[in-house]
Amino acid sequence: MRGVSKDGRWHLWPILRGSPPRRRAPQDDVRCWKGKTVSARRIFARPARFAAIAPYLWMLLFFLVPFGFVLKISLSQTAIAQPPYVPQFDLTQGWAAIQAALAELSLDNFKLLISDNLYVLSYLRSVVVAVISTAILLVIGYPIAYGMARLPRRWQSVAMMLVIVPFWTSFLIRIYAWINILQHDGLLNKTLLALHIVSAPVVWLSTDSAMYLGIVYSYLPFMILPLYATLAKMDPALLEAASDLGASRSKAFWLVTFPLSLPGVGAGVLLCFIPIVGEFVIPDLLAGSDSMMIGQTLWLEFFTNKDWPVASATAVVLLVLLLAPMLIYDRLQRRQLEAR
Amino acid sequence: MTEDATPKESVRTEPPLAAVDMPLLRIDGVTKRFGGFTAVDKLSLDIRAGEFFALLGPSGCGKTTLLRMLAGFETPDAGRILLDGRDIAQVLPHQRPVNMMFQNYALFPHLNVRDNIAFGLKRANMPRPEIDARVAEMVALAKLEGLEKRKPDQLSGGQKQRVALARSLARRPQVLLLDEPLAALDKKLRENTQGELTELQRRLGMTFIIVTHDQEEAMTVADRIGVMDSGRLEQVATPRQLYEAPASRWIAEFVGDINMIEGQLESSEDHRLTISTRDAGTIVAAEPRQPLTKTTICVAIRPEKVKLSRRGPVSDAAGAIPMNRLEGVVTEVNYLGGVTTYKVKLDTGAILRASMANTARLDMNAYSASQRVTAWFTPDDCVVLEQ
Repeated sequence: MRGVSKDGRWHLWPILRGSPPRRRAPQDDVRCWKGKTVSARRIFARPARFAAIAPYLWMLLFFLVPFGFVLKISLSQTAIAQPPYVPQFDLTQGWAAIQAALAELSLDNFKLLISDNLYVLSYLRSVVVAVISTAILLVIGYPIAYGMARLPRRWQSVAMMLVIVPFWTSFLIRIYAWINILQHDGLLNKTLLALHIVSAPVVWLSTDSAMYLGIVYSYLPFMILPLYATLAKMDPALLEAASDLGASRSKAFWLVTFPLSLPGVGAGVLLCFIPIVGEFVIPDLLAGSDSMMIGQTLWLEFFTNKDWPVASATAVVLLVLLLAPMLIYDRLQRRQLEAR
Repeated sequence: MTEDATPKESVRTEPPLAAVDMPLLRIDGVTKRFGGFTAVDKLSLDIRAGEFFALLGPSGCGKTTLLRMLAGFETPDAGRILLDGRDIAQVLPHQRPVNMMFQNYALFPHLNVRDNIAFGLKRANMPRPEIDARVAEMVALAKLEGLEKRKPDQLSGGQKQRVALARSLARRPQVLLLDEPLAALDKKLRENTQGELTELQRRLGMTFIIVTHDQEEAMTVADRIGVMDSGRLEQVATPRQLYEAPASRWIAEFVGDINMIEGQLESSEDHRLTISTRDAGTIVAAEPRQPLTKTTICVAIRPEKVKLSRRGPVSDAAGAIPMNRLEGVVTEVNYLGGVTTYKVKLDTGAILRASMANTARLDMNAYSASQRVTAWFTPDDCVVLEQ
């Protein structure tokens, strides 16, 4: 049965990148003393069990419970009230009142999301922006991570510092700095004019280019670090083996290095793609106002229109949209392993 | 310095075009430096086709560097590496007709057994049916039937080792290099695999060069052994020569156990040397083949050549052979199963090690600690070396 291991204990696989159960490598010579294994298990059992529960507890408290609230609000109707939606559960009013409130919940907000072009286009734009940005990030981040992993040991930590250093400045300040650089009489235009590359200032700000620049700049460390981690721990003997067996350097890269770095690629892509889909600040400050990403739409519903239910429904759909591909990916991977 | 240094010199003086007697692999004055450290120092060595050659030495002696230069992972700073008469010292690793089996196997973790073995064949643009045939052949050779679809992390250590071997043999290299191929296996499995390796090498008639720090392994598998120290070859010889006729004191002490008795050469007559020592009185030893240049020498005797008895050896009565006889007390007895080792404290205070095979299951006459014994050995059992 899935989820139950041989020793009859429950193993909750993490929802996202859960490690599927691996087939144990056969041993040449099993020297396993029963007494030894048992005592080892006794020592490690308790802290291990707590450590296994802690992430789920965290998930429950800070994700599932708040998500329950959001889900409930998304099924409510907007109202001029405090808070601005009905129905509201009041546990003091008794069972009948709760039943009445439950009956008032409806899927109207979700119907609105599907029927109104604004939302569909927002979702689409978010996904498109995220796909393009992630692709650019991968193309830029991979060579950087690859170069870092091949540096001599002591230079690797320096390179790592250089990647992390931007985090020491507030994210917002860095985005505002980009506004300064990109604006009409900003650093970029001044430089271009001084070098006579352009004859008149170019409009950079409030364009998609500026937005992509901002996103790539902000998310690059999240792409580089997981890639670097997988590339750095790769056994250099594998490349030697590849070249010994007749693979040129580029062949060895595509046949050995790249496939082995795919877990890092996956982690980097997820780490960038998911937050970019919901990104609000960068498109709001750097992109034009003609089309909005879903984060901006959500902000608009919540703060400008004060329509909490629609905003909540937007958030719920966004979550489902992001979760679905990950679950499918996870399921496929697990099936592949089980098929072996 | 080396045993066969003299014949090699004579080969080198011949014109290079007389390639009839040319060895398959000739390493000629190869030097490799890493910064200020010289890993391999003007090393020359010939390896014949079909030979199983072992490079033996302590860690850091340069044996792995030499192997990596043969594979192409390091480029020599000086010297030539001739394979079949062609200098390959500067040829990139992927263009050499040489394959290597790596110490930790370096199997591609994302490829299954079949694809690991086929990796080199695909790079050679071999047509698909031929690849399938060759892989099947290698799978049978390495006894990997039924494991073709497994990934490396689903294999045991012994299975991984066999995949690595199959992968390195698949391209049918002119020379197979093996870098400590059995170091990761446990003792029993290692001994079995050593046997399989020699058998395989004889059957394929391929040239194998193995690097190892394990003398027993080198002696078991190799036809010839080259002992390296500090980037130089100290001796190149068959396992027997290496053990019974070490070329230097360092080799004698590096290979196996040995008693080393220092002394002065007193006289030499009728191929018998008389040596006076502080530790063991006067020793009569056979004259070495190479003439001695110094009179401060040492006598080396392997422990198993030292016999113990309660009285002097009986054969002395015949008077034909002058026997070396030393009196002492047994101080330590170690029963190791097949053999028992003894430490005898001689009356001079020196310790002499002896070992005897346990040829009978019930040995009423076994020696025990604090027993007085006579340790004896013949002059032919002594190896005389310069200090």
